Amino acid sequence: MPFLWLILLFLVPFLIVLKISLSTAVIAQPPYDPSFDLLVDGISGIWEKIRSFSFANYAFLADDPLYYQSYLSSLRIAGISTVLLLLIGYPIAYSMARAPKSLQPMLLMLVILPFWTSFLIRVYAWIGILKPEGLLSTFLIWLGVIDQPLAIMNTETAVFIGIVYSYLPFMVLPLYSSLEKLDETLLEAAADLGSPPIRSFWQITFPLSIPGIVAGCMLCFIPAVGEFVIPDLLGGSDTLMIGRTLWNEFFLNRDWPIASAVAVLLLLVLVVPIVIYQHVQQRQLEAEK
Amino acid sequence: MPAAPVKAALGPVRRAFSPWTDPAAKPLIRFENVTKRFGDFTAVDNLTLNIYEREFFALLGPSGCGKTTLMRMLAGFEDPTEGHVFLEGRDIVGTPPYKRPVNMMFQSYALFPHMSVTDNVAFGLKQAGMPKEERAKRVDEMLTLVKLTQFAKRKPHQLSGGQRQRVALARSLALKPRVLLLDEPLGALDKKLREETQFELTDLQVTLGMTFLIVTHDQEEAMTVADRIAVMNHGEIIQVATPGEIYEQPNSRYVADFIGDVNIIPGKVENNASGNVKLKSEWTDAPILVTNPVECAQGGDAWLALRPEKLIVALEPPPPGTPNVLAGEVWDIGYLGDLSVYRVKIPSGDIVKATVTNRTRLVERPISWEDKVWLTWAPEQGVLLTN
Amino acid sequence: MKKGLSPFNIVSLTLGFAFLYIPIIILVIYSFNASRLVTVWGGFSTQWYGALFRNQQLLDAAWVTARVAFLSATVATLLGTMAAIALVRHGRFRGRTLFSGLVYAPLVMPEVITGLSLLLMFVAIGMARGFWTLTLAHITFGMCYVTVVVQSRLLSFDRSLEEAAQDLGATPAKTFFVITLPIIAPAVISGWMLAFTISLDDLVISSFTTGPGATTLPMRIYSSVRLGVTPEINAVCTILIGIVTVIVIVSSIATKRAAVERERAERMAAAGG
Repeated sequence: MPFLWLILLFLVPFLIVLKISLSTAVIAQPPYDPSFDLLVDGISGIWEKIRSFSFANYAFLADDPLYYQSYLSSLRIAGISTVLLLLIGYPIAYSMARAPKSLQPMLLMLVILPFWTSFLIRVYAWIGILKPEGLLSTFLIWLGVIDQPLAIMNTETAVFIGIVYSYLPFMVLPLYSSLEKLDETLLEAAADLGSPPIRSFWQITFPLSIPGIVAGCMLCFIPAVGEFVIPDLLGGSDTLMIGRTLWNEFFLNRDWPIASAVAVLLLLVLVVPIVIYQHVQQRQLEAEK
Repeated sequence: MPAAPVKAALGPVRRAFSPWTDPAAKPLIRFENVTKRFGDFTAVDNLTLNIYEREFFALLGPSGCGKTTLMRMLAGFEDPTEGHVFLEGRDIVGTPPYKRPVNMMFQSYALFPHMSVTDNVAFGLKQAGMPKEERAKRVDEMLTLVKLTQFAKRKPHQLSGGQRQRVALARSLALKPRVLLLDEPLGALDKKLREETQFELTDLQVTLGMTFLIVTHDQEEAMTVADRIAVMNHGEIIQVATPGEIYEQPNSRYVADFIGDVNIIPGKVENNASGNVKLKSEWTDAPILVTNPVECAQGGDAWLALRPEKLIVALEPPPPGTPNVLAGEVWDIGYLGDLSVYRVKIPSGDIVKATVTNRTRLVERPISWEDKVWLTWAPEQGVLLTN
Repeated sequence: MKKGLSPFNIVSLTLGFAFLYIPIIILVIYSFNASRLVTVWGGFSTQWYGALFRNQQLLDAAWVTARVAFLSATVATLLGTMAAIALVRHGRFRGRTLFSGLVYAPLVMPEVITGLSLLLMFVAIGMARGFWTLTLAHITFGMCYVTVVVQSRLLSFDRSLEEAAQDLGATPAKTFFVITLPIIAPAVISGWMLAFTISLDDLVISSFTTGPGATTLPMRIYSSVRLGVTPEINAVCTILIGIVTVIVIVSSIATKRAAVERERAERMAAAGG
C-alpha cells in the first residue's frame, strides 16, 4: 500500500511533468495543450496527441541564455556553498567527535536543534542582520571597522551565507557520525608506528571519514541546486538560480510547459549526485546489517 | 556471580540409557530425507535422523554446516524444501511455530527488552490462555528452578549475562515443551560460567525428564552435556554416536580431526587378516599394526588416527623389529601444567603430537628440545580409517 | 577518537555554535523590541505578541498548518512504518530497488520539482486544490522521512525476538503488536515528530499544492517577509522556536533520564550478581 501511494503521488506526477514539458502553452485552464482525457479521446486519440508532442520547449530553453545561465549559476553557487560547508563543518564535526563522551549528546542536540526550527525563520533571521541598515553594518560601523553600510544583502554573498547557515546541520551530522565511529586505537597505532598527529590525520582520519564527506556534500549540494527560498529572500534580482526561475516561470508567467521542461532538465542535472548519494546511503545501511 | 557450591549442584544420577539401540523404540523426533535449499545453497542435504524421548541430543559442527537450519526446521521457522519432519509420529511440516509444542532458547536469548523477568517467563503461558493464578504459580516455580526469584521485577537489561541466560531458559521451559531446543545456549558466557552451566543443564534435563536438542560448535560442550552427538558437515550427518564412541571410534578423518586432537598417519594396506591389519607408511620404516574390524582392500589407501595421549614417548630406541614406532626429534614443547605437549618432527618433515601427563613435580623435564625420541603405541590404540 | 579538546577544537566549536545560534537569538531579542525599526532598540515590550493574537489571517493560517501537520504526520507515520517493514522484512521482492529509490528520492529532490509535479498531477486528475491536496502532498514526503527513521531502527532489531514470541505461541499479528511495535515505538514517535515539524515548516511544496482557503503559516510569513522585516513576524517566529525547543528539550531529557536509570540498574546488576 505505501508502495502504491508512492507510485501514485511520486512517480506518476513525474511522468505528468515529463508529458507537460512536451506540450504547448495555451491560455486556458489547464494552461497547456494537449491535455489527456481517456474518456473523450480513447486510446487512439491519446496516441495521436502523443505524436503531437514536441521538443519545442527544450529548444526554447536551449536558445534563451537565461535558462542556460540559471543552471550554470545554480551549480556554481551550490558547489561553492558545499565547499564552504565542508570547510566550516569538518572542524565542528571533528571537534565534536573529540569532545568527552558525556558532552557529546548535548553537542549533538545543539546541532540538531536549529534543524527542527523553521527553515524560513532561519533565513528570515539573516535579513535583519544583513540589511544595509541591519545589525551587522551597524555593529561594524560602531566598531569603526567600516564607515559605509555593507552591501551584502541582495548579493550572492548573502546567498552563500544563507545556504551555509541553513545546511550546516546536514553537513555536520554525517561527518560527525563517520568520525565518531573511528577507532581511537588506529590513531594510537599510527603514532606508535612513528606518524606525527598531522600526518595521522591526513592518512588515517581523513580517508576513513570520506563516506561521511560524500554523504554530507551530496546532502547539501542536491537541494542547494534547486534552492528557492534563500536566493529569493537574500539574493538580488541578478542572482540567478534555477529553482527561482522555475518558480517565476510557473507563478508569474504561468507557462507550465516551460516550467516542466525546466524541472525535467534540473532533474537530469541532479541524477548523477542523487545516484551517488543513494549508493552511499545503501552501503551504509547494508554495513549496519 | 559467586560459584554455587559443588555439592548443591549434584542432581539425580544419570542412568545408562540407550533407546537408539532398541529397534522397537519409537523416535520422538524424526527427520526423514530432509533437504533445505536457500537459493543455490544447500544447507541440509537429504538427511535422516531419529531422536528419542528423554534424550539430550547435540548437533555439532562448524558454522554453516546446517545444524542451526535443522533446528529451525523443528521449531517451525523454516520449512524443508523436501522431506518430512515428524514429532511423535505426526508430520509437522507446515505447522506454524506458534502451534508447535516445541520451545527454543535463542543464542541471543531474545528476551523481550520492554518486559520484566516475570512477564518474559509468563509470555508463553499467557498465549496459551492459562488462568492468571495458575500462571503466577508456574512463573514462580520456573524462577525458583533457575534461582532468580529475587529478580522477578527486573528488566532484562538490569541482569548480568548469566542471569539473562537463566531467564531465557526459564521462559522456554515454562510451557513444558515436548522438546527444548537450545541454540548455542552458552556461547555468550565466559569459560568458567559456561562449564558450570553445562553441568546445570544436564542436571536439569535429567530432573525434568525432558528431551533436549542442543546446537553447538564447541565439541567440549557437546561431549559434556549430550547422550548422543551428531557431527555435521556441509549439510550432512557424518556420524551419530555417544561422546565416547565419537572420540574413540570416529568413522572418518573429518570426525577424528574435528573432535579433539589427533595425528593422522597415511599409509597403504599391506596385509589384512581376520581384523589384524598391517600398514606401510612413508612416515616410518617399522610396520604399523592395527586391530580393527574395518573393511579395507589390500593395497588401498588407509589412515591411522592416533590420539596424542595414546602415544608413549621414550628417549631410548625400542628393540629392533618392534612394530608401531615413529622416530623423530622434539621440535616444540608446550607445558600446560597437568600435561606436556610434545611436537615431534619425523624425518619426512611431518609433525606428530604426543601428550604426557606430568606425574611428578620435577620442574626440569627429562625430555628437552632437539632430543631424539621414539614414539610407540599398542596396536589397539589406533583407529583405521578408509575415508 | 582520542577524547580531550585542544584549543583548536574549542575555538571551532565555539565559533560554530555562535554562528548557528546568534541569528536566532537576535531574532528572539528583537521580537521584544518596542520600536518598529529593527536596528533601534526602543525598550522591552510585548506589544507585537498582542498584535499577533488580533491578526485573524495569521491565526487562520496557524490553524490550517496545525491541522495539515497533524493529519499528514499521522497518516505518513502509518504508511512509512509499513513501508519500512516491507523494505526490511520482505527481503528481495520484485521492484524492491525501485521502491527504495522512491523512498529516498523525495528526501534529496529539490522541493520545487516535487511541488510542481504534485500540482500538475492534481490538475490532471481534476482534483480541487486546497486543504486535501496540501495534506496529500505532505503525507507523501513525510512518509519518506518516517520510512528512513523506522527502517534504520528495524535494521538493528533482533529478529529472534519475534521468533521467540512465535515460538512461545503468539501469532504473527499478535507478535507485531505485543513485541515489535513497543520496541520500535521510539523510532515511530520520532518519525512522527519529524514528519510533523517538516510539515509545519514547508513553504515550497505547500505553495504549489495549496489552493484558495488553505494558506499555511509559512506562506503567510513568506509573503510578509518579502515586504520587509517586522517585529510582528519576529514574534511569530519566536513562538514557533519556543514550541519546537521545548518539545525537543523535553523529549531529549526524557530519553536521557531513561538512559541514566538504565545505567544505574546495570551497575546494580553487576554489583549484586
